[in-house]
Amino acid sequence: MNRRVFVNLFLGGSLLGTVVSFLYPVIRYLIPPRQAEAVAKRIVAAKAGELAPNSAKLFRFGSSAAVLINTSDGELRAFSATCTHLTCTVRYEGDSGTLFCPCHNGRFDLAGNVLSGPPPRPLEAFEVEVSGGDIYVSKKD
Amino acid sequence: MPVKSSLREMKRRRRLLLSVFLFISMPLSVWAQKNSCLDCHLQMDDVLKAPAEGFAADVHKQFGLGCEDCHGGDPAQDDVELAKDRSFKGSPERAKIPEFCGSCHSDSAVMRKFNPNLRVDQLVLYWTSRHGQLLKEGDASGAVCTDCHGVHGIQPANFPKSQVFPWNIPQTCGRCHSNADTMKAYGISVRQVDDYKQSVHARALFEKKDLSAPACNDCHGNHGAAPPEVTSIAFVCRQCHSSAGDLFSRSPHKEAFDALGMSECEACHGNHKIISPADEMLAGGKNDICLQCHDAGTEPHQTGLEIKRRLDDFVASSEASGKLLTSAESKGIEVSEAKFKLQDSLSSLVLARNLTHGLSLPEIERSLGDGAKILAEVKVSGEAALREAKFRRSGLIIATAFIILLALALYLKIRDLQRSPKHQR
Amino acid sequence: MAGLWDKTKAYLESRFELSAIREFAGKKKVPEHKRSFWYFFGGICLFLFIIQVLTGILLLLYYTPSVDAAHESIQFIMSQVKFGWLIRSVHSWTANILVGVIFIHMFSSFFLKAYRPPRELTWITGFLLLVLFLAFGFSGYLLPWNELSFFATRVGTDIAGVVPLFGKALKTFILGGPDVSGATLTRFFWLHVAVLPAFALLIMGIHVILVQTLGMSKPIGIGEAKEISFFPDFILKDSLGWLIILAVVGAVCVFLPWEVGPKADPFASTPLGIKPEWYFTFMFTTLKLVPAHIFTVEGELLAVMGFMLGGLLLMLVPFLDRRAAREKRSPVFTAFGLAVLVYIIVMTGLTYLAPNIGK
Repeated sequence: MNRRVFVNLFLGGSLLGTVVSFLYPVIRYLIPPRQAEAVAKRIVAAKAGELAPNSAKLFRFGSSAAVLINTSDGELRAFSATCTHLTCTVRYEGDSGTLFCPCHNGRFDLAGNVLSGPPPRPLEAFEVEVSGGDIYVSKKD
Repeated sequence: MPVKSSLREMKRRRRLLLSVFLFISMPLSVWAQKNSCLDCHLQMDDVLKAPAEGFAADVHKQFGLGCEDCHGGDPAQDDVELAKDRSFKGSPERAKIPEFCGSCHSDSAVMRKFNPNLRVDQLVLYWTSRHGQLLKEGDASGAVCTDCHGVHGIQPANFPKSQVFPWNIPQTCGRCHSNADTMKAYGISVRQVDDYKQSVHARALFEKKDLSAPACNDCHGNHGAAPPEVTSIAFVCRQCHSSAGDLFSRSPHKEAFDALGMSECEACHGNHKIISPADEMLAGGKNDICLQCHDAGTEPHQTGLEIKRRLDDFVASSEASGKLLTSAESKGIEVSEAKFKLQDSLSSLVLARNLTHGLSLPEIERSLGDGAKILAEVKVSGEAALREAKFRRSGLIIATAFIILLALALYLKIRDLQRSPKHQR
Repeated sequence: MAGLWDKTKAYLESRFELSAIREFAGKKKVPEHKRSFWYFFGGICLFLFIIQVLTGILLLLYYTPSVDAAHESIQFIMSQVKFGWLIRSVHSWTANILVGVIFIHMFSSFFLKAYRPPRELTWITGFLLLVLFLAFGFSGYLLPWNELSFFATRVGTDIAGVVPLFGKALKTFILGGPDVSGATLTRFFWLHVAVLPAFALLIMGIHVILVQTLGMSKPIGIGEAKEISFFPDFILKDSLGWLIILAVVGAVCVFLPWEVGPKADPFASTPLGIKPEWYFTFMFTTLKLVPAHIFTVEGELLAVMGFMLGGLLLMLVPFLDRRAAREKRSPVFTAFGLAVLVYIIVMTGLTYLAPNIGK
């Protein structure tokens, strides 16, 4: 093969390689990612029926912890699980039907209000909605 | 008479009347507000001037009370002899101060007029306190109301400038209790305030401005202040640390401590210098407190060693995961989700450390087990992140290699074109 | 294969009259001399702009211009979308590189007096493009809705409000309200993806056509120079430069991906040391250093007016530089340009080396 053909082939080949190494990321980018949407203003916290009455589940909401409670009356409630005192994570206590912070004994009722202990503010409450077999938790407006 | 001039006349008359009225009433009104106490005392020096100066900011003044309401006398009188009339009480002697203040502050009918929210049992409580008892025995160097609350410049206790606002209390108590000369007569140590200042409670109160953190009065009482008895120390701590207290009560330590008459929390954590508890306080640690009672090699100490080992393993594991994530992050990978999970696992650690009060190895293992599951997930995410970092770099190398080849090919092509006969025309 | 290629060429030829374009392109020559290295920078600007358009279009797929979702969508792109980190980092890095190259292109054209007749309109459209791309940078910077961008926008628009007469109205128009808010975000998004690109394409089109029609300007004093053909020689050299830049951008994005930053909190206090993007810092530091009052006029106002006047003079330099128009060396203008360049460099440097200077 003469020089010109070699140079052209070399050019074409490396051009193809470069284009492919650029197209590959772009195509992967365009394919929808597994988690469909970005926003955590409303997420699925659990499946309907997943929680027994008088039990709770901790889940992530946005960038912080949240707790979904199925009260003993079967009502679903959700709150931020970050204690307003020093940001420890609160836990649901079935015996007392309250949210308890183990760090300094802060205690909240099932409306998020502070019952006792050092927390200065109530827990942020979220909206709960059951739809199509899923329990959705979203921020209040 | 023409209408215009009579109107002017009326206006002139009105102006005259107004100025006469003002001329008479102004001095009268000043005279009515006259306070000769303040007038005279403000002109004096130092000790005699201080009450008048300080009173301007006093809470009693805001409620419309004046010098005469506590000290008697007639503030309307300029002459000092007339001012200090029969009702004049002067400054009460030290031993009489509690009764003096209590004459209003213990009377609920009086206090209701000014602030129905205020308690009226301070005097009663005071007599039960060590300070009050000293006074009853005739020792007037125990603290009286003015030593803590100040005098002529008293702020409500919930105002930050008040001497008895939470973060000012250690300093107020310390005025006597850190003074070796004052305390020598009673044989009381003067280390308490200094010890307290090194404590985690002081850090919370002074640095983090957390008003729920305890100062002297939260454990010793306010007006009924006295050192808590050995058996009651634990109740005092349980006010805030009830979960640790419950665990302790369920543990074998409770019976043992009760039998030995040992104060519960204080034995391991101290009373004033309560520092942040550390894993090193556990059995086998550098500051092993178990050795205070248990000999090394005995079964209790062995259990303690087991507990510490579990905690140490968990801490090591979580630090390793943390390092993984930091390494991935420094390589540019987004790991906020995994970092969040790591935080979650740390709350398992907090719970497990609290569980050490219960001395139950199975319970601790269970709590750590939950955390370990989360840590495993974090480790997986961290390793995935590092793999992603490697993938990015190898991708870059491949793409750059192609670009270099293409650049080379272009360069050759350019040279080729420049050499071609078509070009050299 | 060759037959198919020829047939395609013939087909397109008859429909697009390609031969006319081919002839024109074939005839085009580019001078080659001591300073012809600077000719490449215009093409680099174009190349980087194309990268911005392509990566911008890709980002549009996953970005949401709303206060509740903007930051989250960037986080999403950086962590969940495959190669989202790459597309986004390329877009952010290239934006900065593009502005830098525009300044290099502008100053090199200035010092080579490329603005002299008949290229006055090329210069003016170029200046407009500079303004447009600074607007691109300013509007795009807010879109991730993080702490830095929120406060940098607030600081920047406060300065806009200083302009006399219509300053307040201008600021309200830019912000979509009295302060930086969700309305500002949507407005900046509107500017960034629709209005500015439309204007940029239009003015860039004029700029490129002018360059193609008038050819490359030769510096004053260079007589007959060697010439190379634009197509394929110059284009190939151009592409070499573009490839190198591509490799550099790629490496930078892998080792220094653009950060997401904390989400903007309008109620938080302004973080210490807040400053705009580097290409605005020379103006920012000038405003910090200017005394509060000069005679009776507010110092900040004077500085802003000074910049606007400076910009106007810069834009009109083809008409002001009479000597260059006569193909004579004009050292005064060169000195002036050098002074401005040094000023910009010093002020930019001061922002980072002495951040606590001024009020």
